[in-house]
Amino acid sequence: MEEDIKVIVFALGTEEYGVEVDSVKTIERLSPITRVPKTYHFVKGVINLRGVVVPVIDLRGRFGLPETEHTEHTRIIIVNVNEMEVGFIVDTANDVIDLNTDLIESPPEVVGGIKAKYLRGVAKVGNDRLLIMLNLPEVLNKQEIIQLEDMGE
Amino acid sequence: MEMNQYLSMFIDESTDHLQSLNDNMMQLENNPEDISIVQVIFRSAHTLKGMSATMGFNDLASLTHQMENVLDLVRNNELKMNEFIFDTLFKSLDALETMVQDITQGGEGKADVSNIVAALQSIVRGDYGQAGAAGEAQASGAQNTTTEFRLDEYQYAVLEQSIKTGLPVFYLDVVIREDCVLKGVRAYMVFNALEENGEVVKSNPSVQDIEQEKFERSFSVYYISKIDQESLHQLISGISEIEQVNILAVDEESLIQISQEDEQVNEATSQILQAVKETAATAAPVASAAAEATPARRSAPVKPAASTNGSASQAGSRTIRVDIDRLDVLMNLFSELLIDRVRLEQLASDLKSQDLTETVEHMARVSGDLQNIVLKLRMVPIDTVFNRFPRMIRDLAKSLDKKVDLVITGADTELDRTVIEEIGDPLVHLLRNAVDHGIESIAERVESGKSETGTLELRAFHSGNSVFIEIQDDGKGINREKVLKTAIKNDVVRADEANAMTDEQVYQLLFAPGFSTADKVSDISGRGVGLDVVKSKILSLGGNVSVDSNWGAGSKFSVQLPLTLSIIAAMLVRVGEEKYALPLSSIVETMIVDHKNIRHVHGTKMIDYRDTVIPIVALADIFDCPKSSDAQKESSDVIVIRKGERLAAFMVDDFIGQMEIVIKTLGKYLTNIHGISGATILGDGQVALIIDPNALVK
Repeated sequence: MEEDIKVIVFALGTEEYGVEVDSVKTIERLSPITRVPKTYHFVKGVINLRGVVVPVIDLRGRFGLPETEHTEHTRIIIVNVNEMEVGFIVDTANDVIDLNTDLIESPPEVVGGIKAKYLRGVAKVGNDRLLIMLNLPEVLNKQEIIQLEDMGE
Repeated sequence: MEMNQYLSMFIDESTDHLQSLNDNMMQLENNPEDISIVQVIFRSAHTLKGMSATMGFNDLASLTHQMENVLDLVRNNELKMNEFIFDTLFKSLDALETMVQDITQGGEGKADVSNIVAALQSIVRGDYGQAGAAGEAQASGAQNTTTEFRLDEYQYAVLEQSIKTGLPVFYLDVVIREDCVLKGVRAYMVFNALEENGEVVKSNPSVQDIEQEKFERSFSVYYISKIDQESLHQLISGISEIEQVNILAVDEESLIQISQEDEQVNEATSQILQAVKETAATAAPVASAAAEATPARRSAPVKPAASTNGSASQAGSRTIRVDIDRLDVLMNLFSELLIDRVRLEQLASDLKSQDLTETVEHMARVSGDLQNIVLKLRMVPIDTVFNRFPRMIRDLAKSLDKKVDLVITGADTELDRTVIEEIGDPLVHLLRNAVDHGIESIAERVESGKSETGTLELRAFHSGNSVFIEIQDDGKGINREKVLKTAIKNDVVRADEANAMTDEQVYQLLFAPGFSTADKVSDISGRGVGLDVVKSKILSLGGNVSVDSNWGAGSKFSVQLPLTLSIIAAMLVRVGEEKYALPLSSIVETMIVDHKNIRHVHGTKMIDYRDTVIPIVALADIFDCPKSSDAQKESSDVIVIRKGERLAAFMVDDFIGQMEIVIKTLGKYLTNIHGISGATILGDGQVALIIDPNALVK
C-alpha cells in the first residue's frame, strides 16, 4: 500500500492540516464574502470565484475552534468533493509536500467521538511535524452537521 | 476533404431552408392560391438544390430538383395545389430532413426516395392518383426513356411567343472535346455565357444532370437571345475545350415541325402509359393496399423527426455553433475583467488624472455593452423549439382525422440554451397527448356544440424566477373518475385514499409510471412511454409540471422551468450593508411608507395599499441583516411584490436600481435556503443574493 501523494498543508492556529492536492482546485486570497442568511453558523457566505459562486466555510468554525480575525495570511482553499465546490477559510496555506500513505496513522483514540469522523489520520512528517489529514467528504457531510447541532442544543 | 469546413455551414443553412420550406408550405396550405408563397418555396428549394449539388449530396439534389419541377408548374399557374400534391411535397420535405440529419451525423445523405420521386414525377405529368404507386414507378421508368428532348407545352408556348415578338430562338448543339477533364465546368461556362445574354428555355440533358456531369460529350439547348448567330457562335466556341458548336435558328415553321415530332413521341408515351395503367389496374388490390399503407407510413417519418428534435434545434437558426463550455469560460473571464474595471475606476478617481478618467469611463461603457452581449449569448428564443410544432400538429391532426388549430404565443421568450435543448421532447409528448387524448374527433365536437376545429394553445412567458410553457386545449378535459379507476387498478393509489384527493392530485396521477387512460393504445401516444418520462425530464431540469382541467372544456398542462442560468431583470436593493436582487417580474411597485402608517394586526405589521391591507416586513428582519438603519428612520423604502393573488410589502434601506442579472446557483453545498433562489455577480465582482419572493409570501 505504499503510495506517494501530494498534500497541501495549511494551518489552523498551531495545528497543521493536510488535504490531498487532487481535490484542491485552487488557493485564493481572501475576497469579499457575501453573507448568506439562514444557514450553518460556520458558512461565512459566498464568494465570486471567477464567475462561479462558491460557498465558503470557516474551517475553524466547522471544527469547533474559536474563530479569529482574518489576517493577510488568511487563505481560501477551494476544494471539489463529490461535485460540491466549497472554499475553506484557513489561517495560512503555504506548503505542498509529498507524503507516503504508509505514514498516515489512524487518528488517536483520545479524539474519538463523532468529531473524529472527518479526520482521516495523522501523519508524522520530518522530525517533529504532525499533520492532521482531513477526510474531505466527511468535512462536507451535512448529516453529521445536523447531528452535531442537535447535540449542542 | 476540404469540404469539411463548409459542411457545418451547409448543415445549418439547409436546416434553415428546410424549416422555411416547412413553414411556407403550411402557409400555402392555408392560402393555396397565393403564388407569392410558391415563389418563396421555389427559391428555397432551388438554393437547397444548388447547395447540395455543390457539396456532392446528389440524392438530396435530385429530390429537390423533382420538387422544383412540381413547384415550377405551380408558380406558372399550370398546376393547382391539392391535397395529394401537398402530402407528396411534405413527404419530400421529411425525406430531405432525414437526409440532412444523416449528413449531420456524418453520413452521406443517401436515402431511397424512389417512391416519392415517382409521385413527384407523376404530379408533373398530371397522371397521379389514377395508377397506384407501383404503376407510377414503372410509368416513370418508361417515361424517362421517351422524354428524351421533348418541349412541354409551356416551353413550346414560350418559344412560340418569342418568335412571334421577333426575338430570335436558337437550337444549339455543343460538343465538348473528348480529352476535357472537367466537362461539368465547361458546360457550366457555356450556360453562364448563355444566361448572360439570353434565356435558356430547355436543355438536354437537364441542367441538373449537366451540373453533375451526367452527360456524354454533347448537350443541346433551346435558347432565346437578342444576339445574332455569328456572335453566339463566337461566344460559345471562345470557351476552351469546346470542340464543336452547331447553331440552328429556329423559326415558326421549324418549331411546328419540332412539336409534331413531339406529338409522335407523345403518342408513343401515352400508349406505354396506357399499358402500364392496365397492368396497374389488374394489380389493383396491391395498389390500393399500398395506398392504404400510406397513412400508416406517414407516422413513420414524423417520429424520427420528433425524436431528433433536440439535435435539430441545436443546429439553430442563422447561428454559429459554439461549445457551451467556451461560453462559460468567456463569461467567467468577463466577470474578472469587470473586477479590474472597478479597480481602475478607483485608481482613476484617486489619481485625478483627466486622461485616465476619460479612458476608464470609455472602457466602462464598452465593457457594459460587452457584458450585455456576453450574457445574452447563452439565451435562445424558444422559437427554435416551437417552430417545428405547427408541422407536427398538422400531420398529427391529419392522421387522426381531427381539425386542430395551433396558436403559439411568446415564441420570442428567451431561455437558456441548455434548457432549450432538453425541453423539446417533453413538449412534443405533451402536444401529441393534447391532440390525441384532449381534442375530440370532429363528430364528437359537433355533438357537444363546439366548433369543428379544436384549438391548441402553446404559450411561453417569463414569470418570477421561472419560464412557463403552457399547453392548453379546448378538448374534452380529463375524466377524474376514469383516472382514479385506472390508478386504483394499477395500484397507484388505494381506493380509500382516492376520494379524499383533490382534482389537482388526481391529475398528477397521470404522471405516474406506466399510467395511461387511453382506451386503446394508439400510434400517437401510449407507446408505453408515458407522461412519467415527461415529468422526470422536467424535474431533472429543476422544473415542475402541473395540470388543470375542466371536464368538457379542455385541459391545461403548465410546465414551469427555472431560470437557472438565465438572465432576469431585477431590482437591486440595499439592506444594511448588503445588497439583494429582487426579480422585477414579481415587483408590483416601489414606494415610500411612513412608519406611523404601519398598523399592527394580530401582531403582524400591515399597511394600507390601494383598497386593501397588506402585510409589511423588513427584509433586514427576515435575513438578520446587520446594521440596517430601518428602525431609526421615520419612513422606509418599500417594494410591493405579488405572489399569485397575494401582495406583500418588503422594507429595504435603499433602492440601488434596476439591472439585468445572471442567475447563478449557490452550488450543491448550499441548497434550499429559505427565501433565496440564487446569486448573481455584480459589476464590481461582488456576489449579491437573489430573493425568492414566492417563498417569503405565505
